[in-house]
Parts: sequence; C-alpha cells; structure tokens
Amino acid sequence: MACSFSVRTPSADATRELAARLAAAARRGDVVVLQGLLGAGKTTFAQGFARGLGVEGPVTSPTFTLVRQYPCALGQLLHADLYRLDHLAEVADLGLADLAEDGVVLVEWGDVARPALGPVTWTVSIARTEGGDDDRVVTVSGGDETRCGEVAAALDARTGGA
Amino acid sequence: MNVLGIETSCDETAAAVVSEGRLVRSSVVSSQIDLHARFGGVVPEIAGRAHVELLMPAVEEAMARAGIERPDAVAVTYGPGLVGSLLVGLSAAKGLAMAWRVPFVGVNHLEAHLFAPVIEEPGLTWPLVVLLVSGGHTLLVKATAPGRYRLLGQTLDDAAGEAFDKVARYLGLGYPGGPAIDLVAKEGDSSAFSFPRAMLDEGYDFSFSGLKTSVVRTVERHPSASTPDVAASFQEAVVDVLLTKAARAVRAVGARGLCLGGGVAANSLLRRRAPEAVDVPTYLPSMTMCTDNAAMVAAAGTFRLAHDGPSPLSLAVDPNLFLDFSEPAG
Repeated sequence: MACSFSVRTPSADATRELAARLAAAARRGDVVVLQGLLGAGKTTFAQGFARGLGVEGPVTSPTFTLVRQYPCALGQLLHADLYRLDHLAEVADLGLADLAEDGVVLVEWGDVARPALGPVTWTVSIARTEGGDDDRVVTVSGGDETRCGEVAAALDARTGGA
Repeated sequence: MNVLGIETSCDETAAAVVSEGRLVRSSVVSSQIDLHARFGGVVPEIAGRAHVELLMPAVEEAMARAGIERPDAVAVTYGPGLVGSLLVGLSAAKGLAMAWRVPFVGVNHLEAHLFAPVIEEPGLTWPLVVLLVSGGHTLLVKATAPGRYRLLGQTLDDAAGEAFDKVARYLGLGYPGGPAIDLVAKEGDSSAFSFPRAMLDEGYDFSFSGLKTSVVRTVERHPSASTPDVAASFQEAVVDVLLTKAARAVRAVGARGLCLGGGVAANSLLRRRAPEAVDVPTYLPSMTMCTDNAAMVAAAGTFRLAHDGPSPLSLAVDPNLFLDFSEPAG
C-alpha cells in the first residue's frame, strides 16, 4: 500500500536538501515524477536531487532537449522535462521506463503522460504557500510502505517538518 | 568551394549553399513555428515528421538557387538538439554525400552560431566575446579565432529563450515567446515591476529560473497588473543581466568586439542596448542569422573540413553535444 507525507521547506536551500535526502534513498530503476505549477521549484528540487546522487556540474533545464543525462552514483540520472509534450501521448517514444534500468529517472511535468511512463516509484508535488517567496510544501507519495516509512522518517528527523 | 549545409536540430528545416566559407549563394528555411504554436513549444514527434517532408524540397531549392548540380561537400548539424530531428538531417546528409561522392562533415550547432558573424562581418576584430542566447542555450564564450573558444559562463538552470517562452505562455501571449513579449513590451512600462537580476554582480554564469517564478508570483499578487508592464519589466531584467555580464566579459578578456547570436539576439531591446553597454564594436546578426539557418552550418562545416578533414560516415547524432573548449584560449 502506498503512503504519503509532506514536508515544509522554508527556503530554496531547504528544498534542495530535502531532494538530496530523497535521492540518497533512491534505488536503481526508480522513476520519480515531479509535479508543480510554473515557478513551483521543480528545477530547484531537480538540482538537489542530482546533487544527492553525486552529480557534479550544473543541472540545467532539459526543456529544450527533453532529456538530459548525467553519470551518477546509481548509474545514469535521466532528467526529463515533458513540458512541451503535455497535450500528447508521445512520451512512449522517449522510452523512459526502459532508461530507468540504467539508473534513476526524474521526470518534470510528467502528470499528463503518466500512462506512458510505466511504474512510478515516487510522486513529488511541490506547492507554494502563503508564507515567504521560497516557502514550499513538498509532498512525497508512492513507494511500498517499508520504503516510504524509511524515507519519511529520515526526512522528518532531519527537517523537523511534517 | 561550394558547401551544402543542412540544419534540422529543432524546428527549422534548412538548407543552404555557401562558397569559400562565407559567401552565401542560397539559404532556405522552412519554419515549423505554425505547427508548434498550438502546443506552446516544439513537439519532437511532429518536428521529426515535418523535417522528413520538408528537407528534400529545401535542399533542391537551395541547390537550384545557387545554380549548382553538385556541391563540393555536405555539412550537417549533428547536435545538440532533438534526437529525432537531428537524425533526419544527418541521415539525409550522409546519403547525399555518398550519392554525390563528396566529403561529409558533422557540425556542432553551437559552433555554427559562432560562424554567423564570420559570414556577415568582413571586418571582425578578434578576440571576440560571443553572447549566444536561444531557447536551448545561454552561453558567454571567448573566441580568439575561428575554432578557438573558451567558455566563460553559461546558464545554471533555464536558458534565456526558455524563460521568454515560459513567461509568454504563462501570460497567454503565445509561441514563440520571444517575439510575443518583445511586441507587447513596447506598450508597457519596464519600471513597473522590479524583477530579480540573479547573480548580477558575480561572474559570468546566468540563472533565469527564479525570474520566471518571480513573474508568476507578481501576477498572482497583482491580478490586475497590465500584461505589457509585466512583459516589459521581465524583458528589462533579462536584458540587464545579459548585457551586464557580457560587458564584464569584454573588459575582463580584453575583447575587441562583442557578438550576439541565437534567437534571443533578435530581441529589439537587447539589440538597442548592446552597443551602449560596451566600448568595443558590437556585431548584431541580421534577423535571419539570429535564428537557426543552414548558411552558418555550411560556413562552420567549411572551416571544420579544412581544419579536421571529413567526418566518418559512422558519425552519430549527439543531442547533448557541447562545444569543445579544450583548445587553448590564446
């Protein structure tokens, strides 16, 4: 059974830190879908996630090439952005599910294309709050109960959020 | 020597013939912008199919306008870009080169943009600082001579053109976002909103992701804000950052000229303010040289052919290709 938990991150650095911790708990073959409105902080999250997997150098937007690939601790981090595909089911052409076998896939704007993605390990939703400009609530759901429990415990203990 | 250039890395299907590396005999561009406007951006499957249909007519047209039956070499973009789109151009170029029994050479799309001023400006004074800004790239490069480059800075998140596209889409202005914002901004007050200029005082790297977020946040807080004011203030912030950093680079490396390139170089505010930002000559590409075209590919291909020789027919597309900056900066 899937579970879900939310963490409040008061700054961009805290969002990066949370993403890095989730990445540290990732396993080869994981597919992570990142959702949130324009400006929610998906890029910030992706940068932290990549850092948590040991990716060096800038993690830039994959909007133009659709997919960017980085060597990482678990093989390859595949960073995809389906922003420009959001009305079409042509995502299957990208073969993201197959590419996950080589490491970890992180997909931005993947909500609409979910049927073409194959099994999704985690769904991360980022929402702005009424608080400061960089204040966010990050909701992580999915995974089996054991993994989700482990990750939730690790993140809660470190961030003090809930 | 006549080189046929082919360019299909994104949403333009282009073919051109260039003589002696700088004389443009013909340049044909079939744009797919109408096709993509509905979707708010380039859609790879649509782009790939459209390239298949448009490429051979574009090649025939370029050859006919140049008045030649057979070029002396074929140059083609092999990256960076969309995989499916690049494949169409690369496969066609290999086939044509084999059929004509002429050399084939793969060209880096980024290097091709650096050859736009070589074609258009006979009096270029080196070294140059090149500000290459498009939907996929934001780079500051020191060019000591053709083929000799050093990366000074780049975007750490979104490309400048991408920020234009995403903000335009958010404001409901349509695609492509650059011209749409440029147009509506003329009616707006660029000092209406003070958007962030990320990392303005540091180095040569860029960040545009936070600016996009700030625009969204501002519109939410001021629902009655005038769209032209938001667009003008956003554009002002982008241009400020681009030119502040370009001017810093020109001073730091002792450049004798500043070149703009890429689709964002068509922005009217950037073009108007660039000459005021630096003390050296500025080279502004013509509108047709800003955006993707095959003449710059043919020019870069002519240089690469002389410098490195032909490419092997086993050359594969490389969607994440970067410029080779390993050469000494001189």
